[in-house]
Amino acid sequence: MDTELRSLLQDIEALKGSLPDVSYRDSMAKIEERVVKITSITKAATSRRSKVKEMSAEVVDSNPYSRLMALQRMGIVENYERIRDFSVAIVGIGGVGSVSAEMLTRCGIGRLLLYDYDTVELANMNRLFFRPEQVGMTKTDAAVQTLSEINPDVVLESYSLNITTVKGFEVFMESLRRQNPKNSVRDDARSAGVDLVLSCVDNYEARMVVNQACNELNQTWIESGVSEDAVSGHIQLLIPGETACFACAPPLVVASGVDERTLKREGVCAASLPTTMGVVAGLLVQNALKFLLKFGEVSPYLGYNSLKDYFPTMEMRPNPQCSNSACLERQKEYLLEKPVRDALAKAKNEAEASLENESPLHMENEWNISVVDDSEMETLNAPKASDELPEGLTRELPTADKHQEAAALEGTSISSNDVDLEELQRQLDALNAS
Amino acid sequence: MEEWDPNTKSALTKIPLLATRAGPRDGAAWTQRLKEEYRALIAYTSMNKSNDNDWFRISADNPEGTRWTGSCWYVHNLRRYEFRLQFDIPVTYPTTAPEIELPELDGKTHKMYRGGKICLTVHFKPLWAKNCPRFGIAHALCLGLAPWLAAEVPILVDSGMVKHKDDEVSSVES
Repeated sequence: MDTELRSLLQDIEALKGSLPDVSYRDSMAKIEERVVKITSITKAATSRRSKVKEMSAEVVDSNPYSRLMALQRMGIVENYERIRDFSVAIVGIGGVGSVSAEMLTRCGIGRLLLYDYDTVELANMNRLFFRPEQVGMTKTDAAVQTLSEINPDVVLESYSLNITTVKGFEVFMESLRRQNPKNSVRDDARSAGVDLVLSCVDNYEARMVVNQACNELNQTWIESGVSEDAVSGHIQLLIPGETACFACAPPLVVASGVDERTLKREGVCAASLPTTMGVVAGLLVQNALKFLLKFGEVSPYLGYNSLKDYFPTMEMRPNPQCSNSACLERQKEYLLEKPVRDALAKAKNEAEASLENESPLHMENEWNISVVDDSEMETLNAPKASDELPEGLTRELPTADKHQEAAALEGTSISSNDVDLEELQRQLDALNAS
Repeated sequence: MEEWDPNTKSALTKIPLLATRAGPRDGAAWTQRLKEEYRALIAYTSMNKSNDNDWFRISADNPEGTRWTGSCWYVHNLRRYEFRLQFDIPVTYPTTAPEIELPELDGKTHKMYRGGKICLTVHFKPLWAKNCPRFGIAHALCLGLAPWLAAEVPILVDSGMVKHKDDEVSSVES
């Protein structure tokens, strides 16, 4: 393109010199001017900005980070530049995941790991991020293409694979463990090489796989979801051992035993809106930024009901009977660390208290009013036995889960210790052949 | 379970239940689970044969028993329609059920996810979750795939989306 335009200019120049008639000169000059303009436009379109070595707070039009660094000046974030040390894995590059990736890229995140096994389709165009000319590309490659243009400073890793298969899961785990090559020394001895995992998948199976991986790696993650009817969504923070894992609370249809037909409508094609997906991606990345850069309060759960503009929040404790063994291990570790945690909290409280004015706030206290800590109130109101529930509440799930399984064992179930696997394979093959 | 037809129900009660809660990453426990899977599949296949209701072939594609392939068929208007059948055992098995695939029907029905994974969300997955770890591959075929074929194949054939293989050959020749 560039060379073509240059030779076109030379041709015009040669033509101008050889033209006998002066009256054409003006129009020739105009053509020349247009070609010069086109040349500069194409140059601007193809030029990428070079990588930035250090984030600058300088307020100039050419600084991509000036508005982000202003967060420090405004007193919101203490050290914004730390964002370049963080690695975030995004599982599922669909309506929520792709937008989240773009947001983090524009924020100047250090490294992004992208996972998806799908390709871009025209049916995805009602959502944000992907462009029609990317149809047919894998979602991860298309995302890397766009994201690297937006911000070349971000290290992007693309994994086009299905994490629910045994092989895909191995690669998934391996990639999460690998340390960021940019920061070789880490301040903590964690087994994972990423700082946060964002789950943006659209099905239960994949969520359970992310849950499994993060429980095993002791990796904090945030789950996100948009309902099938496209009008509500949620984000949920999962800290292994500390908050409920994704297997701790079974889905409603399983727990309550209600007829699933009343909850799900026929057909597979789910509805989606760019608005709801954009809102959920925004909530997800906002929570991720608060978690990483340590500002504000990180929400343990935040719902979004768009029909009523209702945003419920809640907290979920881990289930001591969780079916996921890695979750139970993390719960045990969390309990063991309780004395250390309490001591730290106490030291922090004391430090804060000593900073405060030591003279009493009110000289007189006629009614003996005193301030009681929230946690003290909780222990006062807590039932004596941990299994006891307040009046009016019942447990939906039977507690004797183990007992039932044992009963089933004695019934029609299988005791096949005596036969070896090859023999069983032969038997099935024989049946298949006949 | 009251919505299931009596044939499916009686077949289901005769498939042996499994006992080991183990997935493909659990080493020796997985081998034990695999044995139970084979037992249940053998019992189900021979029961189908003796009831003249043989409708699938399935066998492990790798020694670890994490990928399974075979075929299944459905008789509609006295003609047999046969499809390739495949699925992977997910890493979170048996907490999550296998996602059964009929790759030849990919894109032909909307009751399917990408890659030809049949939709099991409504009629099967809640049942699977409630009965974990007692249900196995045989139960997934009996309660997941069989009802799907019974519901979808007649519609696919009547709408012309699926042609009988004899018709396809004659239409190519003519």
